[in-house]
Amino acid sequence: MTPLLEVEDLWVRFPTRTGILDAVRGVSFTLGRERLGIVGESGSGKSMTGRSILRLIRPPGQVTAAHIRLDGEDLMQKSEAQMRQVRGERISMVMQDPKFSLNPVMSVGDQLIEAWRVHKKGSRSEARERALGMLEAVSIRDPERVMRAHPHELSGGMGQRIMIAMMLIPDPELLIADEPTSALDVSVQAQVLQIMDRLVQDRGMGLIFISHDLNLVADFCDRVLIMYAGRVVETCEADKLHEAKHPYTRGLLNSLPRLDAPQKRLEVLRRDPSWAETPSVRPS
Amino acid sequence: MTEMTGLRAWLLTDTPHSRGQARLANLYHGWLAFRRNPMAMFGLAILIALLAIAALAPWIAPHDPFYQDLTARLQPLGTPGHPLGTDSLGRDILSRLIYGSRITLYIVTLVALIAPLAGLIVGTVSGYLGGWVDLVLMRITDIFLAFPRLVLALAFVAALGAGIENAVLAIALTAWPPYARIARAETLTLRNADFISAVRLHGAGPIRIITRHIWPLCISSLIVRVTLDMAGIILAAAGLGFLGLGAQPPSPEWGAMISEGRRFILDHWWVATMPGLAIFTVSLAFNLLGDGLRDVLDPKGEK
Amino acid sequence: MSALFFDDVSVWFGEGRDRVDAVRHANFRVGHGESFGLVGESGSGKSTIMRALTGLAPDWSGRMAVNGNPVRSGHRRDRNFYKSVQMVFQDPYASLHPRQSVDQVLSETLHLHGFRDIEPRIVRLLDDVGLGSAFRFRYPHQLSGGQRQRVAIARALAPEPSILLLDEPTSALDVSVQAEILNLLTDLRAEHKLTFLMVSHDLAVVAHMCERIAVMQAGEIVEVMGVDEMRALTPAHPYTRKLLQASLGYTRG
Repeated sequence: MTPLLEVEDLWVRFPTRTGILDAVRGVSFTLGRERLGIVGESGSGKSMTGRSILRLIRPPGQVTAAHIRLDGEDLMQKSEAQMRQVRGERISMVMQDPKFSLNPVMSVGDQLIEAWRVHKKGSRSEARERALGMLEAVSIRDPERVMRAHPHELSGGMGQRIMIAMMLIPDPELLIADEPTSALDVSVQAQVLQIMDRLVQDRGMGLIFISHDLNLVADFCDRVLIMYAGRVVETCEADKLHEAKHPYTRGLLNSLPRLDAPQKRLEVLRRDPSWAETPSVRPS
Repeated sequence: MTEMTGLRAWLLTDTPHSRGQARLANLYHGWLAFRRNPMAMFGLAILIALLAIAALAPWIAPHDPFYQDLTARLQPLGTPGHPLGTDSLGRDILSRLIYGSRITLYIVTLVALIAPLAGLIVGTVSGYLGGWVDLVLMRITDIFLAFPRLVLALAFVAALGAGIENAVLAIALTAWPPYARIARAETLTLRNADFISAVRLHGAGPIRIITRHIWPLCISSLIVRVTLDMAGIILAAAGLGFLGLGAQPPSPEWGAMISEGRRFILDHWWVATMPGLAIFTVSLAFNLLGDGLRDVLDPKGEK
Repeated sequence: MSALFFDDVSVWFGEGRDRVDAVRHANFRVGHGESFGLVGESGSGKSTIMRALTGLAPDWSGRMAVNGNPVRSGHRRDRNFYKSVQMVFQDPYASLHPRQSVDQVLSETLHLHGFRDIEPRIVRLLDDVGLGSAFRFRYPHQLSGGQRQRVAIARALAPEPSILLLDEPTSALDVSVQAEILNLLTDLRAEHKLTFLMVSHDLAVVAHMCERIAVMQAGEIVEVMGVDEMRALTPAHPYTRKLLQASLGYTRG
């Protein structure tokens, strides 16, 4: 069986005044119907990797890859119009802050209804039914009231759940979530993650979960790619993340303060220039 | 050549060693960004040329701008000795344009000094202090904004008497309110910024915060706005001149020249057109420069 | 006498119908040299307490005192206050003036406090926060997030305060940089005998830095506990238990 997504030798380049900046350098991975975490610090290229799968890198940035196959179809060969189809229907993306992703002057209900009608031809009342259903699916207690609300009347957690609801309307095969919970409080975070988790399992979707939070990724995902300076430096099963070998991963893990074990001083990550030079690891 | 690269490296270093170097390096970075905009460079070139023409007027003007030769009235373009022709009194139009650039620059400089400064002070004080100070200052601004600019300037000139200085004053008085609005809007977004809170926590008073911490951030957007408005200011001055309320004859102010040429516009079009082209060129240059400066200076465009 | 003393402090924003009570009847004290943490979710009022103390949130009632000196109402504080209490802000990208070099920031601060020997003090401050003179004439856009936060810490240390207010000082930083900044703060506290009042949503960070921790929920302090209680996961209040549970990580439900 072909994997859901195959990415081969992905590069993202930005020309700057001082030369070409490689934001992503030769990343390859495959994804089945599973939860793949991509972790790294800011500037490691993790978000760029997510966006480039959807070919959402704005010029002058350039994406090149041997191929990015979704169910065997190469996305790199598609025209911009065909890509728009893919973005809406087959791959969805959830961003960090729902405030910037929802239209501030439209009610939540109208936005959901419109999103549904763009993808599925159907009457307005049918769309409304489906929108209410979606809100229930993301555990919103009073969907009728939330339908009438405008984005600024919602809490961060609620906004993010609505974003997820909206992204799931077309039944995508792949969901890319870029730091979907880092703007949320811990208790709300757990709620949003549970919803994503359930939806992924129920619908058999693939999930790319981009985050800076190692512990979260270790708990939530099946597999993890660790990125540094645009490359994948290590890849492992998520539950084995705490036994990671690469000094960068180890350094990141050790620099976290721990609730269960007091430390006098935190370990400081010593960066080795060679980490950025060795080619990307290819996940098995 | 090695010296040049040495200077370049010194300017582009990430670790300046003195205040002066840091400041120069900052300017140089701005220049590098500005230089990449060819239209802005074009505008800058025109303005430098204008400055040079104004400074060297006595040497490059072929004739005395006030010398009348009634035998050679209304000569067309390309007349030997008068490449842009002559006006109704036989004065050389090219020479008058060259000398007129001095008046234009004088007006532009004075207005550019008075109006934004007044606007900056009113806007930042009003925005930072808030409360009744804000209320009073902003209502005054509203009153000035409510009048059409040229009408208000006309009223001032009528009250103060015709002449370039009064025209400048009138234009400045009508030009400051938009700057006050901009400065106030910027101040409102800066007022609660963490870096302002931080200096407050070190005991800085309102005057110090406004002048040393808020002004430097407002000035760049004001400079951009002034350059973009410059065309309007030149046109307003020309308009007053045209109405006979600005520069007085025989002064070669461009607006006044158009006004004089108006009577012959059908038969001797160049008399009014040449100063018109000069106004157009300089206004365009300021607009292009303003666009380029916005890319360099506007803090919102920065990363 | 405590370094910081809060008695029945309430803070609100707005007037009349728009009034929002951000903090209600907060009581706690912080001893000299102690490090005290305030935790809670967003909107719980933890940062507001700090802002009321420093005068950045002017509407408050109750009593506050610094080193035994009562704090005046409103937003003005006297020179003595600014010399003993300083603050490090959450976002190092917002807390430095975008057009002032490190040198300008520090010399302006030292000047405001009436120091004469500005030159040697700048050098010493930069050394203290581990930056060195190479960074002295850089502008904020030439610095990384961690370096900016070091500059902000140097600025806070300029008047030689005895109390440092830390408002989520590392939440905008990467974890590896967070470790560096937290280590720096630990060292500075030992070196300068500082008292810390730290606000954070990250319980592990607070546990690492603080001896006593107050848990806030919807404007009220629901519990004050020692760090050992917190590490042993034996808090008294159910909300604290919930918070601790959530911060231990995601468990599949």
